Amino acid sequence: MKSEIHSGWGLHPRIETRVVRARQADQLVDGHPDASLLIQGARRSYGDACLADRVISTQLLGHLLEFDAERGLIRCEAGITLDVLIAFIAPRGFFLPVTPGTKFPTIGGCVAADVHGKNHHKEGSIGFFVEEIELFLADRSRVCCSREERSELFWATIGGMGLTGAIYAVTLRLKKVENTYMRTRTLKTRNFDELCRHFEETQQEYTYSVAWIDSLANGAHLGRGSLILGEHATADQAPTSKRFKLHSTGGPSVPFFFPSATLNGLTMRLFNTLVYHRQIRQQRDATVHYDPYFYPLDFVRHWNRIYGKRGFLQYQFAVPFDGGRTLMGDILQRIAQRGVASFLTVLKTLGQESGGLLSFPIPGYTLALDIPLRDPSVISFLQDITRLVVRAGGRIYLAKDAILQRADFEAMYPRLPEFKRVKRACDPHNRFRSLQSERLGLT
Amino acid sequence: MKKRALILGAKSAIARAIAQRLVSDGYDLVLAARQVDALLPFATDIRLRHQCQVDLIEFDALDFDTLEHLPQRVERTAGPFDLSVLVFGYLGKQEDTGRSTEEMLKVLNANFTGAAVTLGHLANYFEQRNAGGIIGIGSVAGDRGRQSNFFYGAAKGGLGLFLQGLRNRLAPCGIHVLTVKPGFVDTPMTEGLDGLFLVAKPEKVANDIVRAYNRKRDVLYTPFFWRWIMFIIRSIPERIFKKLSL
Ligand SMILES: Cc1cc2nc3c(=O)[nH]c(=O)nc-3n(C[C@H](O)[C@H](O)[C@H](O)COP(=O)(O)OP(=O)(O)OC[C@H]3O[C@@H](n4cnc5c(N)ncnc54)[C@H](O)[C@@H]3O)c2cc1C
Ligand SMILES: NC(=O)c1ccc[n+]([C@@H]2O[C@H](COP(=O)([O-])OP(=O)(O)OC[C@H]3O[C@@H](n4cnc5c(N)ncnc54)[C@H](OP(=O)(O)O)[C@@H]3O)[C@@H](O)[C@H]2O)c1
Repeated sequence: MKSEIHSGWGLHPRIETRVVRARQADQLVDGHPDASLLIQGARRSYGDACLADRVISTQLLGHLLEFDAERGLIRCEAGITLDVLIAFIAPRGFFLPVTPGTKFPTIGGCVAADVHGKNHHKEGSIGFFVEEIELFLADRSRVCCSREERSELFWATIGGMGLTGAIYAVTLRLKKVENTYMRTRTLKTRNFDELCRHFEETQQEYTYSVAWIDSLANGAHLGRGSLILGEHATADQAPTSKRFKLHSTGGPSVPFFFPSATLNGLTMRLFNTLVYHRQIRQQRDATVHYDPYFYPLDFVRHWNRIYGKRGFLQYQFAVPFDGGRTLMGDILQRIAQRGVASFLTVLKTLGQESGGLLSFPIPGYTLALDIPLRDPSVISFLQDITRLVVRAGGRIYLAKDAILQRADFEAMYPRLPEFKRVKRACDPHNRFRSLQSERLGLT
Repeated sequence: MKKRALILGAKSAIARAIAQRLVSDGYDLVLAARQVDALLPFATDIRLRHQCQVDLIEFDALDFDTLEHLPQRVERTAGPFDLSVLVFGYLGKQEDTGRSTEEMLKVLNANFTGAAVTLGHLANYFEQRNAGGIIGIGSVAGDRGRQSNFFYGAAKGGLGLFLQGLRNRLAPCGIHVLTVKPGFVDTPMTEGLDGLFLVAKPEKVANDIVRAYNRKRDVLYTPFFWRWIMFIIRSIPERIFKKLSL
């Protein structure tokens, strides 16, 4: 068995692990009935959710299994990455119903994290669009689950971070589109209040919305940024030639780790200020291709290496609308005061819960910050902030997390007891476990 | 008319990469393998993405009695075919191979006997039709006997010799035979083995193979530098070589 050094996208923590690449369905869960394992997708989660000392990778299980253009359904193996899936569905007039901010995760990983996209406030997380899941359980039995059949297992698996079993295949309901372009409107805002107000005013109207915040601006400028709204372009809004143009492959890559000093407070401030001032007008409309719209960061491969060898944390929490705005303002202020530089800070609104027992999104706001790990004391600073989040009825996103503490976790996911009951029933010996599930007392 | 390729040992990682490459060149496929059902997802994926026919047939090179009728079975299932790609092979573990007769025979029969008998019948089929082509996958291990895998190496070396003869016999009727000698490739065969270097991706190797076939090359080392590595290894005098631990 091969031994490799693994980390999530945040490059922290980093561990040595034994890897098996499943080449057919029945290799997803191997023989030894008590050996622990974790199913791993593309390691696009940031922290330790995708890490364990023994992993079975789905990277070679990426086949399409069925496509029903009439009903807009696709069934595929869990290891297919979103870019490959898009390349098949887009020319046939479909798009992903929900997509995270990168096209490189696997569909299995997206279901396991019940990912949300810029349309969550209107259309919900990917769990809303999953029709059926085929799963290998700890005893190697193969089962199907859906809203009707084994629904408890279904809702424990959606957002269940790989702890219920190995997802072999997923049936997904796709979104019909007329082309592969987006109509966008960008609103520049001067401070946090204005940003939130814009959010609230545009919520109903726009299917897609997300805001980027200049987290280093302080004082009166605290929380300034831009709100980017979007819709799939209609036939008359898109270029007539190349209606179904796809993303290009290739592009530049960060070939090595940057020395940690490169991305210091100063360069980050410069970057954020530049981005903020790039747009001069208050409002700008444009037609853009889906690739720069949904996946702006994919343009540079391995961009995570700019944070240096020590990596970074992505800290993402959600808070209910009620009281959320004040709390976020407070947190942004603390972050600015401490001088913690977040290279990218993203704010968006969330809509209805999917029903996934450990799913992250709740109606409210979600804020995501990228925080370099140059100074390890930032961890306890964030853990303190987490307590504020818990008190406000909020929660931390497991797919991004590397530092959450067990007690806080237990306080923020109210359906945890239900999840644990399903877990005990389908995996009594805790075969499926990750570094994260152990830290959080889930296994 | 569309061309059709028969791929023997289609579950192999190299075989799948060759299949993908042939499909994008416009071929229909017949995938032959043991427990061929495991290839259903692979076949479905190809059918969905490309407008082509993909058939599956059960095939075990150690099942000698069935080999004679292989071409007819393929014809019955899918129709006539224009290219045979023999990819299957079995490395075994030298420690085990050295001790058990069963293992010795498995290595020799899968890589040589089964392969040669299969190719013999395929050659007759193509000769009858006066058209066709053959790609056979040997190995650089067949270029010189080494203590670490000489059952395998000898069988692959034998296969190389066999393909050479076949090429000579089929040349007059315009049937081309390509011998492929891959170096290390990242597949289940080499997964977890020590001492690998310059490991190539199956896609790269497959690309080289199909290109070499289209250009009617006779012997392909892939990646190309193995030709030079093996030239050096073959040039070492036996007197010295026998003392080396390679
Ligand atoms: C640049 C960037 C932007 C992102 N933007 C967003 C965003 O907007 N919204 C959002 O929700 N997320 C976002 N993410 C997070 C990402 O979408 C999730 O972490 C997703 O889970 C990654 O999928 P993966 O295939 O890489 O899985 P991995 O990271 O390998 O694994 C994640 C979890 O899924 C489990 N898992 C994976 N495959 C299977 C399977 N077949 N069966 C069972 N369990 C499995 C693993 O065990 C693990 O617990 C972003 C990530 C990056 C790097
Ligand atoms: N990988 C390398 O570094 C390397 C180097 C040089 C040459 N090669 C050669 O390349 C070819 C492809 O191998 P690979 O690297 O792709 O490895 P692989 O994935 O392990 O493929 C070997 C395949 O051969 C099949 N096979 C073995 N015995 C068979 C039999 N009796 N009948 C039918 N099929 C049989 C196996 O089928 P099952 O799945 O049913 O067991 C397996 O699919 C082989 O001929 C190998 O010798 C490989």
